[in-house]
Amino acid sequence: MEINKVSDFKKKSIFFKVSEVLVTMASKPSGFIGLSILVFHILLAFLSPYLAPYDFKAIDPTLMLQAPSSEYWFGTDSLGRDVFTRTIMGGRTALTITFFGSLIALLWGGLLGIFCGLVGGKIDDVVMRVVDAFLSIPWILAMLLIVSLLGTSTEVLIPALGFFYGKGIVRVARAATHDVIAKDFIVSARARGHSNLSIIWNEIIPNVRDAILVEGAMRWSWMLLGFSSLSFLGFGVSPPTPDWGLMISNARGLMSFAYWAVIAPIVGLSSLIIGINLTADAFAKALGIDRSTKAPV
Amino acid sequence: MFHLLIFILKLRTIILIMFFLIIKRILLGLITLFIVSLITFVGTEVLPGDACTTYLEREAYGAALEACYKRLGLDIPAHERYLSWAYNVIQGDFGYSLSGQMPINEVLGPRVKNSMVLASAAIIIGIPLALILGIITALWRDKLPDITISTVTIFAMTIPEFISATLLILVVAIWLELLPGIVIVPTDVTITELLPNIILPVIAIAMIMTAHMARMVRSSVIQVMASDYVQMAILKGVPYWKMVFKHVLPNALLPAINVVALTIAWLLGGVVVTEVVFNYPGLGRLVIESISNRDLPTVQALAIILASIYVSINLIADLLTLMLNPRLKTLQIRK
Repeated sequence: MEINKVSDFKKKSIFFKVSEVLVTMASKPSGFIGLSILVFHILLAFLSPYLAPYDFKAIDPTLMLQAPSSEYWFGTDSLGRDVFTRTIMGGRTALTITFFGSLIALLWGGLLGIFCGLVGGKIDDVVMRVVDAFLSIPWILAMLLIVSLLGTSTEVLIPALGFFYGKGIVRVARAATHDVIAKDFIVSARARGHSNLSIIWNEIIPNVRDAILVEGAMRWSWMLLGFSSLSFLGFGVSPPTPDWGLMISNARGLMSFAYWAVIAPIVGLSSLIIGINLTADAFAKALGIDRSTKAPV
Repeated sequence: MFHLLIFILKLRTIILIMFFLIIKRILLGLITLFIVSLITFVGTEVLPGDACTTYLEREAYGAALEACYKRLGLDIPAHERYLSWAYNVIQGDFGYSLSGQMPINEVLGPRVKNSMVLASAAIIIGIPLALILGIITALWRDKLPDITISTVTIFAMTIPEFISATLLILVVAIWLELLPGIVIVPTDVTITELLPNIILPVIAIAMIMTAHMARMVRSSVIQVMASDYVQMAILKGVPYWKMVFKHVLPNALLPAINVVALTIAWLLGGVVVTEVVFNYPGLGRLVIESISNRDLPTVQALAIILASIYVSINLIADLLTLMLNPRLKTLQIRK
């Protein structure tokens, strides 16, 4: 009975914490705008197959490059496909891949960082040198190498992005661990004879969780940027999948005439990235973490 | 006399320690470069298909393939190839490019120059602009100038390079017809011929760079403005602008050096994308070309070059901070 009560309290407190953070985030205009854009895009990603007026891959040469009209709201592209349909469906792949990618990045980056911070010594030195080396390869070169190495399917892109964007989280998690490691409660946990695993789970993770989560939210927007840059360069998802980066790159050659086919995906992608960024900023502020002095590595 | 002796001894230890610190930083950078070279070598080694299968295409079997392996030296074990490759790289020779059949140094030379022109123009415009914007937004925090500039920087910072570049081409080059939208010059063009072509690419890169740096300068200045000694200066009645220039800025800008360096290095990836959008004959387009052509020696050379740019930018920033900040010296000694 006692134990049940305690766990009930714990559950409630987590729920309250989440809703409290959300309310704090939404109470500022920038956070509110960011959250609403993000929610809008997530809803759109789930609902767009039912909302789409046309088939996203239906090619019709007679409808090439139609200007926006009441029938084709955003016009048609060079293959006669409806731009509105492709725009509202264009975020599905990007959102899914980058969301799961950042989850993976959070997990491995956070755990490795905490481990390095806790263990220290030679292992820490070696791991940090390797992380530094990976940091000094420009992301675009590394991503292109990985993609041309393993192909561009979803099963490859998610772990590849997750791996590559997790290396920065290692640093953040390690630094956050260093901050708590000398505190009294860790020393006393050691003195009580707790194992490293138990210390990580019970003492360190609750204390570094916020910093890592904020970093993960930020990574999400960079990963989205990286993923759509890959698509734009022709190394991301393969056609005819509707994807904003790919749409922009395809319609770019004809944009002196058919600007609508470029503008629509640009608005889609920019709004999503700005939404995620504003949300991540508001999230950081709500948790009391100042990220603006950190470099994007 | 005795005091002078002690002072000289102290100075000597400080100089010695600085010297060792610098050596240590350089060594760490070299270790990083070594790991990068290992990573790229292993990465390109496990890439499916090699130079010979790409080069010979459908005739890649039997005697022709063997001969090709022999000609390019791919029949030697991988670790021996790595050693000889690394030995040549240290001497500044990256070997032969596979697709163009010419020395990589000759391919890289003009490309490096063109990219350098682009990047340095962006940096020369970006850093002063970022300083001014960052200081303005920090001093007028939460007032109208801050709100407008901050909103603009958020947009400039978050929108991907290829989108801002495409929009610039669409608006400036196509709709207003002010500047050429796409760079159509040969790779070995002279700088004076290149300059009118690079205005749009420079704007595209400088925009995102400035936005990132302005935000960091802003929060750094705000932090210093809230510190005790600035409050003290205000209470003491130091004139506002004197206080800003004498007490706030030197303390706020010093920690920003490292962050600025990291930002510049991080934006190398963005330079690649921007160059592709503008068809600019720099390193970025070479990255894409060599990866699609499976030109592995060129990819390896590019990885090493880009990584050494990153490492040296960070090294310079470290040394600058070390030299400019008197506190860091004593801090490092205690460590």
